[in-house]
Amino acid sequence: MSIDYQQSIPNNVDLASDKTLQRALEHWQPEFLRWWGDMGPDGSKLLDVYLRTAVSVEPSGWAHFDYVKMPDYRWGIFLNPATLDRTIGFGDHKGESVWQEVPGEYRSNLRRIIVTQGDTEPASVEQQRRLGLTAPSLYDLRNLFQVNVEEGRHLWAMVYLLHRYFGRDGREEAEALLERRSGDPDNPRILGAFNEQTPDWLSFFMFTYFTDRDGKFQLSALAESAFDPLARTTKFMLTEEAHHMFVGESGVARIIQRTCDVMKEQRVDDPARVRAAGVIDLPTLQRYINFHSSVTMDLFGSDVSSNAATFYTTGLKGRFEEGRIADDHQLKSQTYPVFAPVQGQLLLQEAPALNALNEKLRDDFVKDSVAGVGRWNRIIQKAGIDFQLVTPHKAFHRQIGPLAGLKVAPEGRVVSEQDWNTHVRDWLPTDEDRAYIHSLMGRVVEPGKFANWIAPPPVGINKQPVNFEYVRFN
Amino acid sequence: MIEIRQSRLGDSVESSDINARLARQHLIDPEICIRCNTCEATCPIGAITHDDRNYVVKFDVCNACNACISPCPTGAIDNWRQVARSQVYSIAAQLEWDHLPEQAVPAISSAAELPSEVAAATTAAAAGQGGNVSAPWSAEIPQVGLYTLKNPAAARVTGNYRITDAEASSDVRHIVLDFGNTAMPVLEGQTIGIVPPGGDAQGRPHYVRLYSVASPRDGERPGKNNLSLTVKRVTEDHAGTPTEGVCSNYLCDLQAGAMVTVVGPYGASFLMPNHPGSNLLMICTGTGSAPMRAMTERRRRRVGLKEVGQLMLFFGARSPGELPYFGPLQQLPRDFIDNNLAFSRVPGHPKQYVQDLIRSRAADVARLLRDPESYVYICGLKGMESGVAAAFHDVCERHGMDWEQVRSDLHVSGRYHVETY
Repeated sequence: MSIDYQQSIPNNVDLASDKTLQRALEHWQPEFLRWWGDMGPDGSKLLDVYLRTAVSVEPSGWAHFDYVKMPDYRWGIFLNPATLDRTIGFGDHKGESVWQEVPGEYRSNLRRIIVTQGDTEPASVEQQRRLGLTAPSLYDLRNLFQVNVEEGRHLWAMVYLLHRYFGRDGREEAEALLERRSGDPDNPRILGAFNEQTPDWLSFFMFTYFTDRDGKFQLSALAESAFDPLARTTKFMLTEEAHHMFVGESGVARIIQRTCDVMKEQRVDDPARVRAAGVIDLPTLQRYINFHSSVTMDLFGSDVSSNAATFYTTGLKGRFEEGRIADDHQLKSQTYPVFAPVQGQLLLQEAPALNALNEKLRDDFVKDSVAGVGRWNRIIQKAGIDFQLVTPHKAFHRQIGPLAGLKVAPEGRVVSEQDWNTHVRDWLPTDEDRAYIHSLMGRVVEPGKFANWIAPPPVGINKQPVNFEYVRFN
Repeated sequence: MIEIRQSRLGDSVESSDINARLARQHLIDPEICIRCNTCEATCPIGAITHDDRNYVVKFDVCNACNACISPCPTGAIDNWRQVARSQVYSIAAQLEWDHLPEQAVPAISSAAELPSEVAAATTAAAAGQGGNVSAPWSAEIPQVGLYTLKNPAAARVTGNYRITDAEASSDVRHIVLDFGNTAMPVLEGQTIGIVPPGGDAQGRPHYVRLYSVASPRDGERPGKNNLSLTVKRVTEDHAGTPTEGVCSNYLCDLQAGAMVTVVGPYGASFLMPNHPGSNLLMICTGTGSAPMRAMTERRRRRVGLKEVGQLMLFFGARSPGELPYFGPLQQLPRDFIDNNLAFSRVPGHPKQYVQDLIRSRAADVARLLRDPESYVYICGLKGMESGVAAAFHDVCERHGMDWEQVRSDLHVSGRYHVETY
């Protein structure tokens, strides 16, 4: 289905034939633009940014590149093409036809899922709104803005579902999505990690590596949904989410590359001397990994959850790569290992598989994020430096679920309160770490130039050279 | 474009050998890939799979449709290797990689034999440059003779467009050939041979015909394993006697989807320099524009690299409607290419030939001829050679240079290339 760009809201859902819906969304559109103006990237209104815009949902149309002023970006509603005769792949309705409308009995749960997902999209734009002022290069500035406009489009994707399928409730939820503010104690975003600051570019890269990867897994699970419009929407969002993870993984990789280059050139490995050379020492990177990994772990929800079981059984939310898993896709009699605190110790216990679906998704995420950290380690290895980055144990520094009260070291050992307090400076970023990272931040705007603490990327965007003018200042 | 009429190769095509030797294998760079699954989700035919370590492409399934290329956020997906068909990288091997293997020099490459008829035809076409000229020092090493009549490649026609006006007397076509997963590495200025099906009245197979490639090395569309040819439908011979060119008519009539038997590539001299700052002085008529289009397009795609170097083109045809690629050529920015179009049959205007324009731009042509970074390419009908040489002679004389000396300098430094027919 082609995207109709003649409409004020580009879409491939034939919006023009539903005048009521069109009017409702056209009413929401100026509110969105006002929110973007207030809470979108700071000082970016007049910049021409080399952005990717989808011009169709076919593979050939996903990546149309051109200079765009961000407030003019064509945010719209794009669903993946429908799969003919798609059937439900799991839960009690397995084998039945997927739903094109919301079944009344699942209405409130579906709305909750969509609102929770939708809330993260504007939240991250808000968290990142000042980063443009300290971008380490035009290339990175462009990547940040690409992430930002696509988070905005993901908000559109969720708001479309709310407006189209949830009536007045949906419209009110859509308005509330523009009213909550990341970090606002009076009206915060729904999930904890989305109220944390993204104060610097290291945090941004870590966020896009870890937290956007949570997005990948949540969207993948929703792409299995029996509610077909949600499945098709999230499938298309996944293609955009991939870019965000690319920004994170390659961003951290380039920081590691630069650090290793300097360590080799100057023959230093003492963190203080590495810092003196103006790059980010590897132990600091490890502490940032520990922080962002653990904060993201919490996003998957409670380890044992009856909500998760309900969502699965009723067909609202599947597992990651549901179709590739060889089991009965009902999970009534299976169990799944979950960590639980037992007399102050961390023990693996078998929980009903249905109730442990959050944990299963968390484990899929862990596997995926460990693999990427392994690729970072290969850069260190190649440089001949004896250091290894690791992802912390999933019980480390948890704020949600049964493990929240437990003090656990990054390698998974339960420690006393006193031990924790002694070592926390080695495990999580300290104020000094953050101050040091902050001190490195400064805007670099000359095409092809990069801040001292980060290496250039091996290739540019859309086969453009690295020194391409990715952002034009007017 | 260059129809070499005297080259008849006696041996016949054995269809079982088609594409038997070299393959173009699609691979994913594990160092750049972030394992986001976009490619696997995009692939319409399930050619991509993964394990916990890598995403990999199944050689026997991938049909190089490129649907996965633009959605990939990293560019890791856009990697290709030429490999002997018997030695393609298996899924098991790819899953073990931490980085891509180097491009090995294929076991069968430029050392391959050049059929004597092709060699003779090529020599005749290049006679106008005064003997063998080496390729520009910075030219990419060409692959030559990868596919022979015994082991030809098969290509699918994916486009056939008339690029002269409907009223124009000549029917010139832009024909796009796709090689699927067969490697056909060509450089700008090289030719490929087309083997028309069937045989002549005596039952002997048709001659092979050589055509200059009109697209740059990375494909008619960047990243596609395709190339384009500029083919004029031959309706009369050089003397003007009506005759129907076997191969040109065959090609011009092809519909999208048809399969074509291809040999080559050929040509190791008429190649463009790779180094930044080199200038191209191009003179052509009619379908002699094919290699010029390839070189110009190569430079256009790299314009963002700011490699500098000037492009100056003298292009002759009867009228704008008969000038292949007239429209696209007009759209190229003036600061990218200095276009000089000569028309010899425009009613109400005096006849104008490329040599006239060379004379009228004498100062700029002289400046280029004096610059050691300039490379000269002449391609078109044999008749243009003497006229162009005379014009160069006049230009040099007017600007205090000796054309014979200039030409000799160009010749020995691999900067003077002529292909006429």
